[in-house]
Amino acid sequence: MRLALLSDVHGNLHALDACIAHAKEEGATKFAVLGDLVGYGAFPAQVVERCQQMYFAGNVVLRGNHEEMLKACHAHGSTSVNHAGTAHHASSQNNTLGTQTTAWTYAQLTPAQRYWLETLPMTALDEKVAMVHASFDAPEQWRYVEDERVANMSLDAACANTDVRYVFGGHVHHQSLYYRGTGRQLMSFKPTAGIAIPTPSHRRWLATIGSVGQPRDGDTRAMYALLDTTSEKLTFHRIAYDHMAAAQGIRKAGLPEFFASRLETGR
Amino acid sequence: MKRLEAGAVIDGFLIGPCLHAGGMAHIYEVTYADAKPAAFPMVMKVPRMTSGDGAENIIGFEVEHQILQVLQGPHVPQFVAAGDLSALPFLVMEHIQGKTLQQVIDHYVENHSSASFAEIAQLGAAIARAAHSLHQQNTCHLDLKPANVLLHPDGHAVLLDFGLSCHAHFPDLLAEELRKAIGSPTWIAPEQVVGVRGDPRSDIFAIGVMLYELATSELPFGNPTTQGGMRQRLWMDPPPPRQLRADIPTWLQEIILRCLHPQAALRYPSAAHLAFDLEHSDQVRITARGQQTKGTSFWVHFKRWLQAAGMHYHPSPLPSQQIDEVPIVMVALPHHDVRDDTLYALKQAVARSLGIRPGARLAVITVISPHQSSTSDDDSSETTLHRQYLTMQRQWAQGLDLEQHQCSFHVLESGDVAEALLRYAQGNQVNMIVMGAATHGVQMQRVMAPVPIKVAMEAPCTVILVKQTLPFAKL
Repeated sequence: MRLALLSDVHGNLHALDACIAHAKEEGATKFAVLGDLVGYGAFPAQVVERCQQMYFAGNVVLRGNHEEMLKACHAHGSTSVNHAGTAHHASSQNNTLGTQTTAWTYAQLTPAQRYWLETLPMTALDEKVAMVHASFDAPEQWRYVEDERVANMSLDAACANTDVRYVFGGHVHHQSLYYRGTGRQLMSFKPTAGIAIPTPSHRRWLATIGSVGQPRDGDTRAMYALLDTTSEKLTFHRIAYDHMAAAQGIRKAGLPEFFASRLETGR
Repeated sequence: MKRLEAGAVIDGFLIGPCLHAGGMAHIYEVTYADAKPAAFPMVMKVPRMTSGDGAENIIGFEVEHQILQVLQGPHVPQFVAAGDLSALPFLVMEHIQGKTLQQVIDHYVENHSSASFAEIAQLGAAIARAAHSLHQQNTCHLDLKPANVLLHPDGHAVLLDFGLSCHAHFPDLLAEELRKAIGSPTWIAPEQVVGVRGDPRSDIFAIGVMLYELATSELPFGNPTTQGGMRQRLWMDPPPPRQLRADIPTWLQEIILRCLHPQAALRYPSAAHLAFDLEHSDQVRITARGQQTKGTSFWVHFKRWLQAAGMHYHPSPLPSQQIDEVPIVMVALPHHDVRDDTLYALKQAVARSLGIRPGARLAVITVISPHQSSTSDDDSSETTLHRQYLTMQRQWAQGLDLEQHQCSFHVLESGDVAEALLRYAQGNQVNMIVMGAATHGVQMQRVMAPVPIKVAMEAPCTVILVKQTLPFAKL
């Protein structure tokens, strides 16, 4: 199996399509979208449509915290659209800005699409592979797998199922690989894009696969990962896409400027 | 793991005679069981330990598998196949003919003799070139020692046993949060003792230990058995080789002690620089270090000992990036039909190239045609001519910052200028060639001269073609 792992698409259709096309070229036989299909980006309906097609063709699609936020919108009956067009750069404003895009996103989706998103599973298992949006030990807490300690908790929880060798998550928007060296604790490793890393299945591995639709490390390229279960190699990819068009879409939709310029700079 | 019987078949490989029964692994000659012809002779390496016997050794085997399958070039055995680590661990790789450096050393010990200094330089250069090829592939060997260096009959070195190696693009399976020393105590570099893995200059230190042993028949730091014994090299200089053997030339001592400096930053910045010095021993810049015949003073050691207490683990940048920052720059200096403004433009270009790269070294090359020198005529005898051109080169180099940059001067004889320049660049791991766009025996032309074109097209590295500024007369 060649499993393409995508996460945190965030309504960025241009990035999603570029990653899917690249993965197909690389011979992907299965796809998994690990949550946060929507939010921030200008094309939530189209992204959901793509993911539904994949889902009904037997691929994995999971629920992330941005899908969960739609539920809250639903509960409050809020469908107001906020057209804040001014530029914001402080990331502390992220939450309030995020809430603004959630309301807008809610309005863009059909009730059927919303229902589908809100009832997606939170975890998935496929032979040796466990998948989750955030951390496996408490998926509903949306804990950031940002260091060896949290990675260890997620890995241990997933490996309660003894077949599991690979744990994949998103949520943190960067690519990291965690493994056990000769010591007791997990070690973290920063992968180089495009290098096939040997990940033999007698070991246990955890990877955060990065964000397809909203990179934040100063590199505008989309991120995804490809696991080959036959050769037991994992490749982290960075894919150039038309990020200017994705950013322009955000401006046209009247969403906060911050999210448009973020795609243009990758920060 | 039990020793395999000759004639057994494992995963499609027919086991032949056992070539080596070491502490860690058995090596067998193998062929394809279905009699399929192989591209080269093969060996199978089978660890003594199995995954059930304990983790440590088997991890080294896993590391070797991980790294060997991506390494390329003539300085490593080619990878063929590997067995499932949890069921039947083995590695099949190219069987390279030749003697290990250990066998060479043993031979000298048995005969109470030692290698000539030229031979030592040749061996060292071969090993340094092999290490450089590894570093260019983002891998540090980290366990270089005479038993792991195979000398091919044609003179090039092949490095073996990547069980303790580190590839910057792969997770380091041997790393742990406590950062312990990983390596062979006799050859381990100081920074490896504090857990640094991934500095190419650690391999340069190990080559220094081997050169020291070849030259003096002694080990510079003995064979420590404790952590404290290994830590000694964080601050201690070994006795200078000339103290043990007075006839060791100063250039060799200079090279060896530079390799063995406790601080990685004060060793050769890349194995290519080391190979360069070993190959041009007459051009080694000799400092007090090369001449000394007494050991380092107590006070210097004491001060270093205090500093060494603070040495601790730090992550290493990519090996290929580290060595890219200390290039060997080669300038082709024409010797006739050349105007002052051309020479000036070349010098400006070289100064700029060196200026932004503090550790870079410069090689100044002039190619003369063989018929220029004759053995009968005194004025144009080989040495006289060479001396004349070397003087011209040194004059040209005046004003360049040669304190910060090592510089050497070379006169080559060849009928084909481009070919000579290319061969030199190839043989010395040159990273950048600076040459005139319309020089080398050809008058300034409207089109570029053929020599620069040939060099630019076929060079193994970057080529800077320099155009002269306006002739001085017109300024």
